[in-house]
Amino acid sequence: MGLMDFFKKKNSGDVAKDRLKLLLVSERADCSPEVMEMIKNDIIQVISKYMEIDTEGLDIQITKSLEDGKQEAAPTLYANIPIKGRKRTDSK
Amino acid sequence: MSEVIVITSGKGGVGKTTTSANVGTGLAQLGNKVVLIDTDIGLRNLDVVLGLENRIVYNLVDVVEGNCRIKQALIKDKRYPNLQLLPSAQTRDKTSVTPEQMRKLTEELREEFDYIILDCPAGIEQGFKNAIAGADRALVVTTPEVSAIRDADRIIGLLEAEEMKKIDLIVNRIRMDMVKRGDMMSMEDVQEILAVPIIGVVPDDENIVVATNTGEPLVGSNSLAGQAFLNISRRIMGEEVELLNLEGKTGFFSRIASWFARK
Repeated sequence: MGLMDFFKKKNSGDVAKDRLKLLLVSERADCSPEVMEMIKNDIIQVISKYMEIDTEGLDIQITKSLEDGKQEAAPTLYANIPIKGRKRTDSK
Repeated sequence: MSEVIVITSGKGGVGKTTTSANVGTGLAQLGNKVVLIDTDIGLRNLDVVLGLENRIVYNLVDVVEGNCRIKQALIKDKRYPNLQLLPSAQTRDKTSVTPEQMRKLTEELREEFDYIILDCPAGIEQGFKNAIAGADRALVVTTPEVSAIRDADRIIGLLEAEEMKKIDLIVNRIRMDMVKRGDMMSMEDVQEILAVPIIGVVPDDENIVVATNTGEPLVGSNSLAGQAFLNISRRIMGEEVELLNLEGKTGFFSRIASWFARK
């Protein structure tokens, strides 16, 4: 931990609040790890039709969105899909 | 018109039984006819918190199974004749009673009492389902800790799924000194996370331990926790009561001091 981190260190109360907010968003969405795995596999299938993707590096999770305007943070499915390259389509 | 209130939390040890005893006694002090039902079959404790453990003859399971009439099982409080306890059974388990039987029991008690207060066991299994079955409203007790709040959120979800008409939150055992230095979540933080109206905040108070030791609820006493519980009882009756100043400082000098501290 650097010196700047030391001064910026969050209070434990705030840490607790942030951890809980994140945790409860995914718990309220009621998504089991099995369902998440199924979603992940389906995403891979669909995207793979059009792009070459790094399936190992693919990461999906449910978080709260930090969208502006709204008071309540809505649960959001976040997917990080690294692209290796565009797939050559033989359309023409 | 009578009201059936379940006091629940999910997590154990956050103060359900203490809250039941104090809110029930508070409502009796305010002139209502109150019955407290301990639904924690196998792990009864409301009797001992109220100091009535030596008077038990019949219990909840006896009533439900028809071994006695309701009146025979009810124990009159020592201090308030309009407060009665229906104790739980100690040698049985949660499956001895069904939600349907609890609904019937609370319906019968409505004829006699203004408030029927159910002390719910920890957990989300049969005991919880029994306790909430006949309730009109729920008070969810939590403390400003991650585990208690997570469980409270789960309980609130289950109560909403069961279409509980009214759900309020009690934040128990808050320590203002820790909140001030940022090492404990504040009432506002808890409210923001759980998004349920708060009906009361109870400070962590040594007097609770003393009161439980002697088996006398401290509601209405001069202690901060005692006042907080009486305020909750008032709010249950529909009164508008301002939130208690939990720092306990209302003197002239401390007010000046806090004015400077705000700068």
